[in-house]
Amino acid sequence: MTARPGARDVSGFEAVRAAWRWDEVTRRIEATRPADVDRAIARSGRRSPDDFLALVSPAAAAFLEPMAVEAAAQTRRRFGHAMQLYAPIYLSNECNNVCTYCGFSREIPIARTTLDGEAIEIEADALAALGFDHVLVVTGEAPERVDVPYLARAIDRLRPRFSQIGVEVQPLDEDGYAALLDHGLSSVTVYQETYHRETYREHHPKGPKASFDYRLGTPERASRAGVSRIGLGCLLGLEAFRTDAAFVALHLDWLERACWRSRYSISFPRLRPHAGERPPKVEVSDRDLLQLVLAFRIFDPEVELVLSTRESPRFRDHVCTLGITTMSAGSRTNPGGYSGGQRASLEQFSIHDERTPAQVAAMLDRRGLQPVFKDWDAAYDRDAARIAST
Amino acid sequence: MGKSALSIGGRTFTSRLFLGTGKFASGDALREAVVASGSQLVTVAFKRVEREGRVDPILDRIAGLDVQLLPNTSGVRTAREAVFVAQMGREALGTNWLKLEIHPDPKWLLPDPIETLAAAEQLVKLGFVVLPYVHADPVLCKRLEEVGCAAVMPLGAPIGSNLGLRTREFLQIICDQARVPVVVDAGIGAPSHAAEALEIGADAVLVNTAIAASPAASKMARAFALAVEAGRLAYEAELAPATRAAHATSPLTAFLDEAE
Repeated sequence: MTARPGARDVSGFEAVRAAWRWDEVTRRIEATRPADVDRAIARSGRRSPDDFLALVSPAAAAFLEPMAVEAAAQTRRRFGHAMQLYAPIYLSNECNNVCTYCGFSREIPIARTTLDGEAIEIEADALAALGFDHVLVVTGEAPERVDVPYLARAIDRLRPRFSQIGVEVQPLDEDGYAALLDHGLSSVTVYQETYHRETYREHHPKGPKASFDYRLGTPERASRAGVSRIGLGCLLGLEAFRTDAAFVALHLDWLERACWRSRYSISFPRLRPHAGERPPKVEVSDRDLLQLVLAFRIFDPEVELVLSTRESPRFRDHVCTLGITTMSAGSRTNPGGYSGGQRASLEQFSIHDERTPAQVAAMLDRRGLQPVFKDWDAAYDRDAARIAST
Repeated sequence: MGKSALSIGGRTFTSRLFLGTGKFASGDALREAVVASGSQLVTVAFKRVEREGRVDPILDRIAGLDVQLLPNTSGVRTAREAVFVAQMGREALGTNWLKLEIHPDPKWLLPDPIETLAAAEQLVKLGFVVLPYVHADPVLCKRLEEVGCAAVMPLGAPIGSNLGLRTREFLQIICDQARVPVVVDAGIGAPSHAAEALEIGADAVLVNTAIAASPAASKMARAFALAVEAGRLAYEAELAPATRAAHATSPLTAFLDEAE
């Protein structure tokens, strides 16, 4: 799908994003006092966006322990001890975009491939053998090869093997999502990368991804089409991460009201080394990343928080009890990686936690969490498009 | 932070107290109460409005006051009846504002959610500014918002019961997620109830029985006005949370400081 933004494609969130001016949000985060943090942590009932600014502020870095206590309690109250496990399945690394930070960027000379037909089933079988029931289909953005009919065929191949099939692919239009829902799509993940318009332009100079606005409206289009689970996030390292996280929170808050039929998840992709090497503009430390996880949990007790294998085993082992609800494990980030082996030269980013799914599950078990491989059924996805249209 | 105004259907209200006009001892008592309350919106039951040129005892008494009339459909039992009555009311009263209430049950006057949603959708298309009276049902309120209602009016307790915010937990959810104003309607029996509604984030309250049935209606109207203002100020100023004890140790985050 290469639809150009039309009236309906302009995000309803854009007016909110523009009204919360970037510099002003940054200033307010910096101006947070300890008393503001204390109040945001202790508040009974829902926290406001202003509370979120306090929770991600530098001042709140001194409050990580009480934040962790609150976040852990909130998480147990809402999610119990369950930890959802999923794996990405990379089907294509072909991409027309130039993204300065990505290993699939068009200008990087790596071998390009798109799995199709039986190759998808071979990869799916390898993944299913690891015990996974929830998968996230990942591709680059090459609509001449990877379009809605291709994705529909891929989902058809995956459906008999998995209960939940998400996509992390190029933004589609509403009809595209509706078509995939008919084939059994369960979720859509699309990171805005950064909510700073100029920085976005700088990092996405070429290709369809250059349209900030079309990407920003993607969660709305997916929700309107009937997608029940939608993933958001910003790429940590592109911009001032506290401010970018605040805009993710504002987007989440807006979506939960405007597109209330969908449930949302937040991921925390931190820039990792890759073939398109360029050091991140902003360093995000483990301490910073933990603060983000805690801030999102306290701000929104219902949102799912996702931690990927980009992060170290040590970090994941500690943070998994403090707000995270969903983890990937044993990930391969190159097409064919599960059946043919990881080939570093082809991967989108390098993984840090290289443990097998069984090892991660055992770790969760030791920490008192319950690894959950299946928490969905294909039957629930059958009527999604119909429900959205009522 | 200044006191913010409320906007519904393109009209701005500085008072967040809406008044029902039934049950007053006399027309004069009604007029005095409206003045004392500072209210800028009053409801009138369309079924009570005199037509065909006769002087209406309700409208006559509040004529000349700067208030928005909100005709209600009290008495209708179905969406069809509501749409019919609304159109007649628009013609008779010269306003497209409408409090949509449909209660097939004559005993408790509880609103029918299915008929209300169906009627709201049609009435919005017909150009009405629709404020539906509903149970404190958060999903229903979102559905009504989606079909274009200008506000939602969830109930605090059975109408006329004076029981206060018995639906508080659900009102809280409605207030937290609404994108249109929330007017708590029915059950508000005391100024403290009204203040509580505003404190938890309701945009306004509609009060009738507690004022109209008071032996000193205008004094009670003034008490409600003060309570509503206090509740709103408290909401805007943010209620202070209960404090929690500091944690001396750092068992959950100590790993950040430990060497790998």
